[in-house]
Amino acid sequence: MLTPEQIENKLDRILLRVQKPGRYVGGELNSTVKSWDSARTRVALVFPDIYDIGVSNVGLKILYDLINQRDDALAERAYAPWFDMEELMRQNEIPLYALESKQPLACFDLIGISLPYETLYTNALNILDLSGIPVRSLDRDESHPVIIAGGHSTMNPEPMYAFIDAFVIGEGEEAIQDVINTIQDFKAKRKEEGNTLFHLSSFDARTELLHQLSKIQGIYVPRFYEASYLDDGTVAAIEPTLPDVPKIVTKRIVAVLPPPPTKFIVPNIDIVHNRVSVEIMRGCTRGCRFCHAGMITRPIRERSVDEVLEAAEAALKATGFEELALLSLSSSDYTNVLELVTRVGEKFAGKHLKIGLPSLRIESVSIDLMEKLKDSRSGGFTLAPEAATERMRRIINKYISDDDIIETTREIYRRGWTTIKLYFMIGHPSETLEDVQAIAELCKRVLLEGRKVAGMRIKLNVGVSTFVPKSQTPFQWVSCDTPEQIKAKQSLLKREFIRDKNIKLSWTDAEDSFLEAWLSRGDRRLAEVIYTAWMNGAKFDAWFEGRKYQTWMDSFAENGLDPLFYTHRQRRTDEVFPWEHITAAVRKSFLFQDFRQSLEGKIRVDCRLDCFACGILPTFANMRRDNPGDVWKCPDVKSPQSNNPLSVSSMKLPMVGD
Amino acid sequence: MTRIRITFTKQGALRYTGHLDLHRLLERAARRAELPLAYSQGFHPQPKISIAAALPLGFASRAEVLDMKLEQEIDLNDLPARLNATLPTGLQVLKAELVDERAPALQTQVLSATYEVRLTEPVIGAELTRRVKEMMAIESLPRERRNKPYDLRPLIEMLSVVTESSGEVWLRMTLAAREGATGRPEEVLNALGIEFETTKIERTKLIFIS
Repeated sequence: MLTPEQIENKLDRILLRVQKPGRYVGGELNSTVKSWDSARTRVALVFPDIYDIGVSNVGLKILYDLINQRDDALAERAYAPWFDMEELMRQNEIPLYALESKQPLACFDLIGISLPYETLYTNALNILDLSGIPVRSLDRDESHPVIIAGGHSTMNPEPMYAFIDAFVIGEGEEAIQDVINTIQDFKAKRKEEGNTLFHLSSFDARTELLHQLSKIQGIYVPRFYEASYLDDGTVAAIEPTLPDVPKIVTKRIVAVLPPPPTKFIVPNIDIVHNRVSVEIMRGCTRGCRFCHAGMITRPIRERSVDEVLEAAEAALKATGFEELALLSLSSSDYTNVLELVTRVGEKFAGKHLKIGLPSLRIESVSIDLMEKLKDSRSGGFTLAPEAATERMRRIINKYISDDDIIETTREIYRRGWTTIKLYFMIGHPSETLEDVQAIAELCKRVLLEGRKVAGMRIKLNVGVSTFVPKSQTPFQWVSCDTPEQIKAKQSLLKREFIRDKNIKLSWTDAEDSFLEAWLSRGDRRLAEVIYTAWMNGAKFDAWFEGRKYQTWMDSFAENGLDPLFYTHRQRRTDEVFPWEHITAAVRKSFLFQDFRQSLEGKIRVDCRLDCFACGILPTFANMRRDNPGDVWKCPDVKSPQSNNPLSVSSMKLPMVGD
Repeated sequence: MTRIRITFTKQGALRYTGHLDLHRLLERAARRAELPLAYSQGFHPQPKISIAAALPLGFASRAEVLDMKLEQEIDLNDLPARLNATLPTGLQVLKAELVDERAPALQTQVLSATYEVRLTEPVIGAELTRRVKEMMAIESLPRERRNKPYDLRPLIEMLSVVTESSGEVWLRMTLAAREGATGRPEEVLNALGIEFETTKIERTKLIFIS
């Protein structure tokens, strides 16, 4: 294994031959360099995309801070090297290393990989390989780091089951501490007792450690589960192979959001998001049926305005960033949003600061909010109607009337914004060309009405993405549009907008969406497809430079699987899903009911107004009882405390098919 | 409005931060240190920071110089400490001084720059000295850079081989750094037959019109 000094010397010889060498050297303000030798547990946190994208990831930043606050542990970072750097690293036999200490990743005890979306899967494999760590979990032994992964896409971890030792399902703030403690306890015991520890067990040391990890709530260790299949190719069952691992792994949540990170890494080179991000709220009560995040991040937990302001101020002072993003899935739903923007606006006025407040509802109040945050109105205003017909809006449960859209956008133009960006999705269940035509008509009307109040200089950007059905959502049963359907819908829009140079259309490539679609509802057999695709060069799947559609198709063929089985197939109502043993605590029966309501065009209101019993409360009843009132937006749980001393893990969890 | 001149180092990981990124970095540092940076007027206000001479990517420096305009006067004595508390490792302010606001732009005042070149592959000192002498003896050294022919020799003001008592051999050179007449150390190294990738280059001084 190379030493950090050897790695640095090798780097100095190659770095001037790659684009943006600053990606690979660390040394940023607010990065934490701890003494390697005095840490008992060394954790490498990996975002498997390039530095430019990964460094601003808030999830990993939270974990980085939490781990580095421990005296007995350290956390460092690594990202995926771009093509040019990977080639030189392989040529010069430089293993992937962490930016802080330049230690090879293979020297760490624990590697945590963030997997927020499916197009990072091949990169995760590549990162293990570049680190000289066997890519398959079963090929690793005690000398290798434990590989864990978390993030939204792991709500269906199955396609990656062969490569990751343990998944953290749900929120990581507390789970990461449990994982580190368990590793420390295990290693201490192992040192003390040596091999006698395994006298009564048929496990090797690594398997025994993973066995210990599987006892932590929210941790899923795939090697202790077995999947069986029916003749039609669907899953028959996924069952534990050991009596003492949970049948169903329920996501982990924190009762109250811990203080947000403020010491953001300040990169020494330009990256995608140069900003301070403060999460104002987690979860969403809107219940848009297509929205994965909205379903898996419940319940709603807010931070107080004071806490947000303090964090924003501290973070801006610690970073000097020129942008502040107030993050949530639906800013308008933050209880004290008016107070928040008023005070943020006052506090940071005239400081050359750009303030972002994403996901605003389409209503005039949103304009008032944005006005308070802007020094000048030169920028754009973004809204996401998602669909353009009443029928479609009822199906996806995001109901806004055309009149509201027209009125709001007209008012935005009238008050001086010159550009509006509207987001739509195509490929919603049962969507027809008429529904897509309506997107074009609506956009033209928005521009026409805007011109009446703001003249000819106004612009409209239209972003049209393709809907991908996700696990753990009401649309997990539906079929995707075929490539032909998607292409027909996209060409309709391109045709409609080609004549107006003030409307700019952007869309996602149909082929890119399919990769996401196969993997998001895939089963364990897709692990071999991912492996083959990666072996044949697939990586950076979200990038134009990495696009290898044919490689993926070939890899399906080589493994005897049909991609259409995963995408263009309506699931049976009684189908056992590959992720049946993983739950976001929103019950399958609730999701199914919501899916049925979608077919009937029935709207479900914001669940702050009416609890629909999605399953969060019964799952986390004790937690809610201990944290009553406004901390959550779910109803209070008043029933007497149960006598059972164990909280979540011992409670009745939603059962398969209930 | 007040104009200050700051001398600073750029070393370690910061060698891989380019000129434009350095501007951004300094702006943020000034903001963290709560300096009253002056901004340009207009649609996209820019901070008034100007760096004397761009340092090529990968080079270290012991003596970079910049001018910064502030909206109010500040205490210059504690300025280095104030900035250093908030700069990433590798950037360090050595000196801050007041400059006449009407003085000509800093970039127009640079004459030349001195570099130290450390060699990571062993060389024979005597052989290197011979090659250096030869190069300094000729009057013209025609070369081509980005398809443009130019003469490197007049841009070399000084070039010498230093031999340490430890036996280490390295190069020191002063090259012209005027607008439109800038000598590049890697060109000199190339002319001497030394592979640029096997060297570590540090700028040690910028020489200004006094």
